[in-house]
Amino acid sequence: MRSRFHQELDDLRARLLRMGGLAEQAVDRACQAYIERDLKRCHMVLEGETQINLVEREIDEMAFDLLAMQQPMAVDLRFILAVTKINSDLERVGDQAVNIAERVMDMVELPKADLPLDIPRMAAAVSAMVRRSLESFIEGKAELAQAVLEMDNVVDRMKDDAFITLVKTMNENPAVTRQALDALLIARNLERVADHATNIAEDVIFWVRGADVRHNLGQEDAPAAQAATERH
Amino acid sequence: MGVGIQVDKLNAWFGKTQALYDINMTVAANHATAVIGPSGCGKSTFVRCLNRMHETIPEARATGAVRIGEVSVYNGTSAVQIRRRIGMVFQKPNPFPTMSIYDNVAAGLKLNGFRDRRRLDEIVERSLTYAALWHEVKDTLKKKSGASLSGGQQQRLCIARALAVEPEVLLMDEPCSALDPISTGKIEELIFQLKERFTIVIVTHNMQQASRVAEFTGFFLLGKLIEFDKTEKIFTTPSDKRTEDYITGRFG
Repeated sequence: MRSRFHQELDDLRARLLRMGGLAEQAVDRACQAYIERDLKRCHMVLEGETQINLVEREIDEMAFDLLAMQQPMAVDLRFILAVTKINSDLERVGDQAVNIAERVMDMVELPKADLPLDIPRMAAAVSAMVRRSLESFIEGKAELAQAVLEMDNVVDRMKDDAFITLVKTMNENPAVTRQALDALLIARNLERVADHATNIAEDVIFWVRGADVRHNLGQEDAPAAQAATERH
Repeated sequence: MGVGIQVDKLNAWFGKTQALYDINMTVAANHATAVIGPSGCGKSTFVRCLNRMHETIPEARATGAVRIGEVSVYNGTSAVQIRRRIGMVFQKPNPFPTMSIYDNVAAGLKLNGFRDRRRLDEIVERSLTYAALWHEVKDTLKKKSGASLSGGQQQRLCIARALAVEPEVLLMDEPCSALDPISTGKIEELIFQLKERFTIVIVTHNMQQASRVAEFTGFFLLGKLIEFDKTEKIFTTPSDKRTEDYITGRFG
């Protein structure tokens, strides 16, 4: 038994969960800041980015050491590769939260505009995707990850609808163009967060089943699918 | 050139203890095939059954069919003839200690009555070249004994000795387990080059080694072949949970 190695894998998992928690919190804070036009929350998101970047580097170093020192194989190799990719996606989620916070800070400077766009609904859908992708990682369950992939289309449609609606608003009411543009960028940022959640879900499927489902190239018959019972 | 090996329903016993159960395997010609598994899983027994080396152990017996190219190993062919076609390299280098480097390589041919000195010189040089040892020993061929070489050189000498009789298959039973990383690297590089001319079956405890040198890998457990597939598949996405548990160190 390679108990020390497996303990280190558990440590890596725990560290990634910490990273996931920070990224999820950043998105939630940024969305809440939008809803409440709350500058304090915006600053919390900006300050939180440093911590996210720090943890990202720690995780990469841990993964790099494990690859170099332990020469992992099969599910352990897939796990470490998945962790490094999820880590990168979570850092990008943090960046998107910062982008949203910066747009909110700009909007707060401007008169409040009544925009025909339901950002809170979109934010709730995106947050759910991030949360479920992380749950699929925690549980090691490909089914949960698969459900996240199916949610991505919904968010994509929301972003497309937002684009059409806001362009129309800008044409009809040029006075709120800047606010509409900020909202459009926030919708775009949220859609990006959903894309990262999708990537995370794909990486979980790769880890658990050994199947590469990126770009709709599913391999349901991948051999490891038979070997892989759900990971715990 | 190497030839393929076809193993069908191979069973082996040591006395009343069964060591192999219904092994079926197709070993591709001119490729390296690795055999992995925990101690006592039957991997060494398996390769020894391929050239009937198991018969050197009292009370050992095997049933089933093994074909080396077109030759049936268990049906009418003598063990000596089989072992001429299938060379073997063992865990610990075992050069003949009182013989020179030259005589070590030439020993198999001389035993078979080969006396043409010029031809013998050619074969010794070619075998040592194949074994990537020629340039290191060419000036002391007849002056130094095989035992005077380093461990890694001794193992390559043993490989040269096996190659001198022009086998089609080379069996290697943990050939690097007694060697340092540099010598191991040389043997692995050698295996890579030898595949062009020979079919290689290598037993190894070192899974990184299997993944580096072999195109195909078989995982044995408790005398059974659990999984046999392309090496990259075995080490990244094995089909059987037992294979995965073994290669990830969860048992064994």
